[in-house]
Order: sequence, then structure tokens, then C-alpha cells
Amino acid sequence: MQIALMVPCYIDMFYPRVGIATLELLERLGVDVVYPKEQTCCGQPMANSGCYEEARATEEHCAQVFGSFDCVVTPSGSCTHHIRNKFTAGADSPERQNLVRNTYDLVEFLHDVLKIREFPWATFEHKVALHSSCSAIRGLNMASMSERVHDQVFSKPRALLSGVPGLEFVEFERVDECCGFGGTFAVTEEAVSAKMGYDKLAFMQKASPDCIVSSDMSCLMHLQGCARRQRQDIPFYHLAEVLNGVSRSVGQS
Amino acid sequence: MNSSEALSKNAILGAVRGNQPAAQPMPTIPHFHTNKPTDLVATFRESVARMAGVVVTDQVPDLDSFLRAKFPDAKVICSAIPEYAGTIKPASLNHWSEASTIDVSILRSPMGVAETGSILLSDVELQVNTIALLAHDLVVLLDPKQIVANIHDAYDHPYFKLRLYSLLMTGPSGSGDIGGIVVHPAQGAKTLTILLSPAPKAGKPTV
Amino acid sequence: MSHPVDQAKNAEKFLAEPVHEPRLDKLLWAMRLRRDAAARQVPEWEELRTLASAIKEHTLSNLSEYLIQFETRATANGVIVHWARDSHEHNQIVYDLLAERGANLLVKSKSMLTEECEMRPFLERRGIRVTETDLGERIQQLDDQPPGHIVGPAIHKTNHDVAVLFSQKYGSDPNNEDTAYLAGVMRDNTRPDFLHARVGMTGANFVVAETGAIVVATNEGNADLSANTPELHICSVGIEKVIPTTESLAVFIRLLARSAIGDTITQYTSSFRGPRKGAAMHVILVDNGRSARLGMKRFWHSLKCIRCAACMNTCPVYRRSGGLSYGSTYMGPIGIIMMPTFEIRKYSELPFSSTLNGSCTNVCPVKIDIHEQIYGWREVMEENDQIQVVKKEAMRLADEVLSHPALYQIATTTVSAALEVLPHFAVYNRLNAWGKHREVPEATKETFHEWYKNHRPKRNEVPVP
Repeated sequence: MQIALMVPCYIDMFYPRVGIATLELLERLGVDVVYPKEQTCCGQPMANSGCYEEARATEEHCAQVFGSFDCVVTPSGSCTHHIRNKFTAGADSPERQNLVRNTYDLVEFLHDVLKIREFPWATFEHKVALHSSCSAIRGLNMASMSERVHDQVFSKPRALLSGVPGLEFVEFERVDECCGFGGTFAVTEEAVSAKMGYDKLAFMQKASPDCIVSSDMSCLMHLQGCARRQRQDIPFYHLAEVLNGVSRSVGQS
Repeated sequence: MNSSEALSKNAILGAVRGNQPAAQPMPTIPHFHTNKPTDLVATFRESVARMAGVVVTDQVPDLDSFLRAKFPDAKVICSAIPEYAGTIKPASLNHWSEASTIDVSILRSPMGVAETGSILLSDVELQVNTIALLAHDLVVLLDPKQIVANIHDAYDHPYFKLRLYSLLMTGPSGSGDIGGIVVHPAQGAKTLTILLSPAPKAGKPTV
Repeated sequence: MSHPVDQAKNAEKFLAEPVHEPRLDKLLWAMRLRRDAAARQVPEWEELRTLASAIKEHTLSNLSEYLIQFETRATANGVIVHWARDSHEHNQIVYDLLAERGANLLVKSKSMLTEECEMRPFLERRGIRVTETDLGERIQQLDDQPPGHIVGPAIHKTNHDVAVLFSQKYGSDPNNEDTAYLAGVMRDNTRPDFLHARVGMTGANFVVAETGAIVVATNEGNADLSANTPELHICSVGIEKVIPTTESLAVFIRLLARSAIGDTITQYTSSFRGPRKGAAMHVILVDNGRSARLGMKRFWHSLKCIRCAACMNTCPVYRRSGGLSYGSTYMGPIGIIMMPTFEIRKYSELPFSSTLNGSCTNVCPVKIDIHEQIYGWREVMEENDQIQVVKKEAMRLADEVLSHPALYQIATTTVSAALEVLPHFAVYNRLNAWGKHREVPEATKETFHEWYKNHRPKRNEVPVP
């Protein structure tokens, strides 16, 4: 099948390895991946600041670039959540409606569409602290949330990573408390954002993981920034990198 | 109501009428009896204990000796039940604040709630409401047959539509305002002891 | 015109406290876990939330009828019902009731509405002594601070803080920090006021239209004491607190204490339908912006709030910031969506004191879509040009760049250029804010876009429909 790959702007700029891993993983799974070169951004950073007027052109461009594809996949829960649930700054159009309907986070695509559970090429004999973003959990229902105590406990990212040989999960407290990134919040309320990041790292570190993994690079960008400032050199990987096979050993950053 | 308040009333109601959203229906409210506990008395006892109250299930043959033994320093015992005299009756109080002189109040509650460990009191049982609020200790008689399963059942009780004051009391007064640690007492009764005792037949005093 | 509250700066000060912030965070997270444990005991928990939300929406969409029904029933029971359009009218009614009795002492239980109306300073300026009888409210009153949390007003204070304060105001032992001792000091010092006051005031958690009753839930019994000991009971309550029937009350009572503190019920849950013989009962129904809020299509659901503070306990931002950082009567998530309806400019930045994580929405017993409303308020603030913290021009520039692929690709050729264009960072010149406690992302030798160009040159650029 064919999909269009959406690489979020911050991954394009700062973490291209995540885009590369996503592309390689999908190609390995036999998916025909198209990368529309005119893509830029989904508009979330402006829209989340309340500036929906200033998100309009970007969202319309995004719809125009991707709106003719039957399936759009992006390695970002926050971008998927924005497109699926908050993509209202631009004018309505068949392209916009199409994009809203057809966008999947990488985890959703692997878990629900391709229904893949085994990743035998991706041996990873390490202990993982798995972080799922608030967009993924509460926005996209990719995992159950601790607030809803009667819901069946499930996690799509975890189900996927369970198919990686040798991978072990560590359990830590406050597993679905927000990491503190929050988009512009990271700079408008810097002190609280950093404290939340430091706290999240501390809870994770108590469980002695070898690395930290998430399907949202925005959270990891923030957590890695906090960790490096504290001179912690624990590696951070996007889920796509682990599923694709992380060739270098844990311990090198 | 004076004329300026009438203006306010009309202004408020006018604004509310103008702004209220399209009418939405009232849902039907189940009583959730599928989750009813099987042993209401046992559940009631656990619920009361969780809120630092005490339930006495053994027969208390003589109320007076029980009270004297449990509260040896009590000088003023206010009885709001006909079958026991106590040292004073609520009717002897001239002002609600005088109930602060009471060491122990003894009352009967017409209903307990298993889900929460609550007992119902009203101005009928209390006669003077403050005897349940200003007294240092409370002893409450409750017929175990009058324990209902949950709060939905509790609010079926006619008192809530008829009485001027109805109190669902659950354990002695407490507060968690300092550091989130609940301590007893706060402003009200220091202890609450519930004696499970069948309600007396009408017109038949036992003491 | 007032300056907007800078919640972020206030939060930064609170975070600098070595003891208070970690303590508050731990304490309130534990409260959130108690709420979870209590909810687990109720298999029908989610159904109760749905019912509570539906009952409130039904009532609010028929509010005028229910208010009239309440007034009719209450009046028939001997209650005098007043109507106050705003805080000033409310305060004047209270003062007049005291003045006509020649009373100069008022004992009261907790009422966020009276905080909203700033009733205490109004009365104190007119010679009335007001004794807060809720332990947390009293602590804050003695310390001349507003409440920091709507259920535990002094929850941010340590036992040491309270011991020192009580020793200054009550002459108690400054070295005895035992919680039970401190509660005892409060009890001993408050009781005389209960016994002497001729007027007592409560708020109300619920107003039952069918019976004309007001319902108050406390742990301490101080509302019952305030209402039953003096000869006049005044109850002040917002018009949004109405519920239709006693039967519907059960749903809320089962949700309230569990959501707030993880107990099945509060120690005292009381219904007041009418005055005792020889006493009087007055109820003041207060609007103060509620009727206006009812007409706000995107925000009227905030009127469903039953003041449980579960949203505050779960909010990771509140727990790191402390309630006083919001500079408002209502704080945390519910405060963010309510306060702008009182003073839009003063609280214009509160909607940005959130990561939009959504935990609040999912613990709210009446299913208010809190984090969605926070998002909605951001749009309102931008529309009304209320925002300084996010520069509109920077966002406009970002939109310009991000909607033109050529501009975007030029802009992202270097990390520093990319950092300038990415809107997360193009915010009110706070580029250096990211770097205060965090390292910036490392420089990469090429963007994904460039990598793709170099490694997949044969791919057809035109999308296949």
C-alpha cells in the first residue's frame, strides 16, 4: 500500500534520524512511502497559542500537500492529534477533510492498520522506560489513562515494543503525568516546565532504565534537554528507531 | 422583598432566560442495586470504622452503666430518647449555644447507610439541633434493620423532603486542612459511638 | 485597568522554595491517588459522572424555572430569599441583615462565593468582625492571605508554618507542630465565637429546587455550627448550584468527597430547608457574572462545577506552582476557565498556564471539558489582543514561513535560523528561556528534507493520487 510520510517540522530540523527510521521501517514492511517535498508544518505551534489566524496559511498548505493521499503517516502523536481533532484554522475543503480522516500516528498505523506485532530484526537487549505523550494517551486514545480507573489497561506503543526481542520495560511512578513540554508552555512557563521534566526523569531513573523511549519526539526533546543539563547521558530513542533496529549500542548518545 | 431586590431578581431571571442554552433532558437516575453489598451491617461497620466512628454490636443491657463506664468524667448527659432520662433533656436548653455544656448526647437515628457509614439525624430526633454539634461525644442508637445499602436509598428517606434540618453524619468531626492528614476532632463531636439496637415499639419505654 | 497576573513568574518564586513545592506536589498527588482508589470502589463511577453532567446540563438549560421553583418552595418553608446581581449587592444585603440586628460578629463556614465577592473586607470596613470557622480558611485569614486551594485553603502551609502563625495569633506553643494539637488550638479559639455570634453564614454545595433546601458538606461540622447556633442563618450561593431534586442530589454526594479527598462522604452532609423555631434563615442567590457565562457557547459548561478541586490535585502545573500563584479566587484548571469571565484582562495569561495535557478533564466528576476550554480561551485572548506573552507578529511570521516551502527550507538550513523560525521558540523574545534549565537540541548536519533529497533521489516528487 502507499502512504504519504509527514515529517514534523521539529523532527525535520533537529531529529532527522527519527524521520529516517520511520521511512526505513515502513519500507521494510513493504509500504510504498511517498515524501511530499513541499511539506512544512501542521500549524500546531501557532494554533496551540490561540493564534488560529496565524495558523491558517500553514494548515491550508498542509491540507493541499497531503489532502489527496488515502493515508498519511507521521511519527508524532501531537501532530496527529492536532490534525485529527483541532485542524480548524484553514478553510474547509475536500483536501482538509481528507487529511483529517486519513492521518495516522506511526503507532496507530503499525498497530491498527498493518497490525504488526513482531520486529525480529530489531534486537534490543535493554531496559526501556516508555513515555507516552498526553496527546497520544488522552488525545488519540493510544493507551489507557490512569484517571479512568475502570478502563481496561492497554498501550499500543507498548504492544509494539513488546515485539522487539530482548526489550524489557521498567515500571515507574506517575507513568502518565505530563512531562512538561506543552508546546509554547516550555518557554512561557519555563520554570514549571523544567521542573516537570526533572521530576519525570527522576521517577524514571528510580527504575534504572538503560534508555528512554517515546513515540513523541517533542516530549523527548524536552526531557533530553533536561537530562543533558543535569549531566545525565541516558540515551533517548523515538519508538521508530527501536522498531527499525537501533544499530549503535546503548550508552553512546 | 423590597423594590430594588425585585429589580435584581427580574434582571437576573431575565438574563438567565435570555442566555440559557437549548433545553436538555433530565436523565433517569438508577439506584445501582446491582452492586449492593450482601451483608449491610458488616459493610456499615467497616464504613463507620473508616471514618473513625465506632459501632457496638453487642447488646447493651443497661444504657446508663454503659455511658458511665465509657464516659466516666461526663457530668452532663443529654438524652433525646424517651427511654432514658440522662441528666438533662433537650427541652431544658434555653438557647442553642447552651448545648456546649453537654458532655455526651444520646440520640436515636432513624437510618444508617452501609455505603458510607452515615447515620441520619434531624430536628425531630435532636429537638435542639446543637445537641449533636456542640456536645463533646455522641452516642447514637440505630436499628440495624434501618440500614440501607447506598446513598441513593438514603435520599429516598422522607425526612429530606419534610424536615427543616437533616444531617447525614459520618464519623466524628475531622479536618485534613493541615498537611492533608485527617485529625479528629475538628469543631464538632470528638467521638461518635453507634449502638446497634432495635427501635423500641411505640409507647413502650424500656428504662 | 489591571495588570495581567503573571502566573509563571509567581510559580517560579514558589518553585524556588526548597520545602514547600516538593511537599505540595507530593501531598496533592497522593490526594489524586486517593481519588483513584475511591473511584475504583464504585463500579458505576463513569456512569455517575455521565449522570452528574447530564443533570447539571439539564438544570442549567432550564435554570430560570428551577430558580423560581426553589424560591417558591423555600419561601413556603419560612426562608427569606434574596437576589443579588453582583458582589456589591450581595455584600450590602449581608451587611444590612447584620446591621438591622445590631450584630457586629459573623461566624462563617467556607464559601468561595464570599471570597469572590470580597465580602470580608467589605464587612470589616463597616465594623463587623468576621470569624472564618473552616480550619484552612481561618489559617489564611489570620495570615492575611487568600485561600490557596478551594477544598484545603491552607494546604500549601507546613505544620511549622501553622504552629508559628497560631503562636503569634493565639499564643499557642510555637514548638508544638502536631496536627491534632493545632486543630485543637483552632477549636478552642473558635468555639467562643460560635457561642456568642448572633449571625452565622454558610455557603452551599447544592440548592435543591424541589424542596427549597440548601445542602452543605463539611468535614468539620463548622457549617452546621454556623447555621444552628446563632439566631440567624444566612446562606450565600451562586445561582448555578441548583439541582432539580433530592434524588439527583444522591448522584453528586457520591461523587463529591471521593473526587475531592478520596473519602466516600464528608463527615457532615446537611440539608437546611427552613429556620428553626425562634430563628431566621435567609438565602442570597447570587449572579455575579454567572448568567452572562451561561450564554457563552464554548464556556458555559464550566458552570457545572461542584468545587471538588480534583482538577487542581491532578494538575501538574498547579502542584508545581501553588494556588496563590494564580492571583485569583479560583485556581488551577477550573480557575483558568472561570476567572477570565470575571476580569478578562487581569486573567488574560492564565490560559497559558497549562500544557493542555487533559488530566483535569478526565477526573472532573461533572465532565467539564476543562482543557478544551483552556484552548478555547487562548483563542479568545488572541482575538481580543489581550496577550503579551505570545507575540502575534512572531506567529504571523511563522505562518508566513511555514506556508511557503521555499522560505521554510531556506530558514531551516542552520539550527540557529531554525530555532528562530520555529514558533515554539519565537515567543516574546524568550529564546533564552528554553536554555535556562535545559540544553538546546544538538546541531544536525542535514535536515530530513536534505537527507531525503540525497538518499532517495529517484522518488517521484508528484504525489500519486
